[in-house]
Amino acid sequence: MLKKIGENRITENDALVRMGEANFPVPFKGGLEYASPARGTWNIVHTGMLIPEAHEIFVCAASCLRGVVLTAAEMDAMDRFSTVEVKENNLLDGNLEELLIDGVSDVIDKLEKRPPAVLVYTSCVHHFTGCDWGVMFGTLRERFSDIDIVDCYMNPTLRKSGLTPDQTMRRQLYALLKPREKNSNAVAIIGNDLPTRKNSDLYKILKASGLKIHEITSCRTYAEYQEMAESSLYITYYPAAKAGGDALAKRLGGKHIYLPYSWDYMEITRALNSLKSEFEGYGISMDIDKDYDQSISECEKAFEKTLKLVGDTPIAIDYTFCPRPTSVAKMLLNHGFNVKRIYLDSFTGEEKEDYEYLKENHPDLELYPTVDVRSRFLASAERDGQKWLAIGQKAAYFLNTDHFVNIVEGGGMFGFEAITDTLELMCDAFENPKNMRSLVQIKGMGCGNCCMG
Amino acid sequence: MKQTSGFISTYSADTFGVCSALYELGGMVVMHDASGCNSTYTTHDEPRWYDMDSMIYISALTEIEAIMGDDSKLIEDIVRAAEELHPRFIAVAGTPIPAMTGFDADAAARVIEDGTGIPAFGFATTGMRSYVHGAGMAFEAIAERFVEQPVSAKRQPENNSHETKESEKKSESKTKRINILGLTPLDFSVNGSDRSIKEFYEKKGYEIVSSWAMGSSLEEIGRSAGADLNIVVSETGLGAALKLKERFGIPYKVGTPFGGEDIDVTDEIEGALNPNAEILILGERVGSLSLAKYLTVKTGKKCMGYATTDSDEDEIINVINSLKDIQTIIADPLFKPILKLVEKEKSERIQFISLPHEAFSGRLYRADIPNLILKVPFDI
Repeated sequence: MLKKIGENRITENDALVRMGEANFPVPFKGGLEYASPARGTWNIVHTGMLIPEAHEIFVCAASCLRGVVLTAAEMDAMDRFSTVEVKENNLLDGNLEELLIDGVSDVIDKLEKRPPAVLVYTSCVHHFTGCDWGVMFGTLRERFSDIDIVDCYMNPTLRKSGLTPDQTMRRQLYALLKPREKNSNAVAIIGNDLPTRKNSDLYKILKASGLKIHEITSCRTYAEYQEMAESSLYITYYPAAKAGGDALAKRLGGKHIYLPYSWDYMEITRALNSLKSEFEGYGISMDIDKDYDQSISECEKAFEKTLKLVGDTPIAIDYTFCPRPTSVAKMLLNHGFNVKRIYLDSFTGEEKEDYEYLKENHPDLELYPTVDVRSRFLASAERDGQKWLAIGQKAAYFLNTDHFVNIVEGGGMFGFEAITDTLELMCDAFENPKNMRSLVQIKGMGCGNCCMG
Repeated sequence: MKQTSGFISTYSADTFGVCSALYELGGMVVMHDASGCNSTYTTHDEPRWYDMDSMIYISALTEIEAIMGDDSKLIEDIVRAAEELHPRFIAVAGTPIPAMTGFDADAAARVIEDGTGIPAFGFATTGMRSYVHGAGMAFEAIAERFVEQPVSAKRQPENNSHETKESEKKSESKTKRINILGLTPLDFSVNGSDRSIKEFYEKKGYEIVSSWAMGSSLEEIGRSAGADLNIVVSETGLGAALKLKERFGIPYKVGTPFGGEDIDVTDEIEGALNPNAEILILGERVGSLSLAKYLTVKTGKKCMGYATTDSDEDEIINVINSLKDIQTIIADPLFKPILKLVEKEKSERIQFISLPHEAFSGRLYRADIPNLILKVPFDI
């Protein structure tokens, strides 16, 4: 329970917006922002480390370096991480380009082992001072012709100007792939921080069709990473990866197909069938039931079993669990679950239909923000012993419950198995409490298994 | 090359120092930043975040606001939040982009104060200096703004610290009431060191008027002028000590009572290289100097404290290389990789003793941070 310092009288109701009154896409008034202690989602350091054997160099001010350095330290990856610190004199002298070139060169020269690739992260100050990327990166690439150098960006001030830093990172992660001969039997699932589950519909279908599946999370060497470029089809299913998929297909050839994450049977069916059609174009036949009757039947059984266990326990979902919490809420509500709350700060474009459905059919559904100033005090609310089941770390934190599904960014789940696996995790969370306080504060959940040195 | 770190961490920044210093005082601190500062500070630099509901926020600055120099949104957002949350005071701290665009934190604070009637501070932090500067600025501002003249004023303000040295010593011999300045988790974590410092002085017969700023309310700090002496336990408290001396004539002493010893490094605060040092302590200035003094007495060896909060990798390497007899380095574990870069003959013989420091390695080794006030556990 949070200890109160001040005299404010904020209650949960002050932060509440009911679905029936919620605006799209932003249901809450903007303003100052708060950061909760739930930290399981990945950041650009974690994601960059997915390139095997690569070295990251961040060029920015101390306040910006602090978080990324300690992310690397907590991953035990300081041997793959270095910094060049921007100071006040660099802004006054206008020598940021020189600092980056000389600083990165100095770091590379000091490394005991020459990395095959270096990710150089610039920051907001480089943009605002009008730095010349051509000069900075052109010079570095000329100076270190044996190393693949990619420009990466930590520029949150530009987060509402074009691609977000997260989207850009998922694009740049594949920018080092070099063109090579295409293999019509090879596909790459791209843009995910977490590996696609082997039992997911997507993985099973690709595997059953005899395709070679590339995914950055399973690459053990830089050479394996480069092999991804042979893919004829790039598949994304995480929304922030979509722009990266488009860029990759455009640069290397092949095709990008985006399969939206959803809990809606029709939408999942459409997505998987679109994949099937795509492969038929390559002369690859996929032996799948296009109506997915069996999969839907298994989902229904899982819903029934889970509902029997959790009954009318109030359920809350948050946006860090998966890209479409409203789709999850809609499906659970339609199966009789007592979904009371969603924690989110905005709806994505893909959630428009879910939003409209919920607004019309479940106007009392409670929406709570996670970054609003009032969110600071939500975790101190009295619960009177009420047991909540949370789906996602932020919901668990705000509700102060140890009964929660500890998954971020969809957890590598996709398709009907995303439903059955989550329902199974809900049953487990209902019966077996976890140490929420300890678990949600770990940064980059699962990154220890993905990042190869 | 200066400013590069091939292998070591980065100290917490000035912006976060402001937040840490003011955390327990019931105010609202706003980092004028796009995103990232909030999660960095609250994840790595603020062990109280999960348990104590301090109002630390970011302004969520956008590109267009930065380009247009639009401070009105920041001010409106702060005023709206303050009307709802009723903070005791409001502080606005800068970060790199506001520093670059020439954001006037003082002016914004004045407008906010006019609009809310709540005391407001602007801190010209840049995110490009260490936490020591930020926490120091914050403590100094509190000393200027919130410390009231005691009802029975006993002494006149004094301005020159060197000229008053003798009178300070006399005053100290009769001292009964003290303030402890410079306490933040960035230097002392949350392992009980703050309480141990207070207990140490209480056992010596002192009465603690306030501790800046762990374990004291804003009201208690406001009564600080009733003290006879200020004890500065980290460099972050030095500016407040000077301000309290200037305003109320309260003398100060610098030193951290490691190992339960009353250590005074007031005269050594500038620091000096000792080329004959056998033991080198890297870290925050007052802490490293105090520990060096303690170990000199206890071990009989030549010890040197070196402030690294504003040093870069090359500078530290040069210091190590300049010490011909160096045998031991005591420092945060994230300094250890630097040994790879010092002269081989030295790196092979140096014993590295880990002393985690929250301001450098954040929460990473928090469980291993010793309470050095109770005991200095090194086997040297």
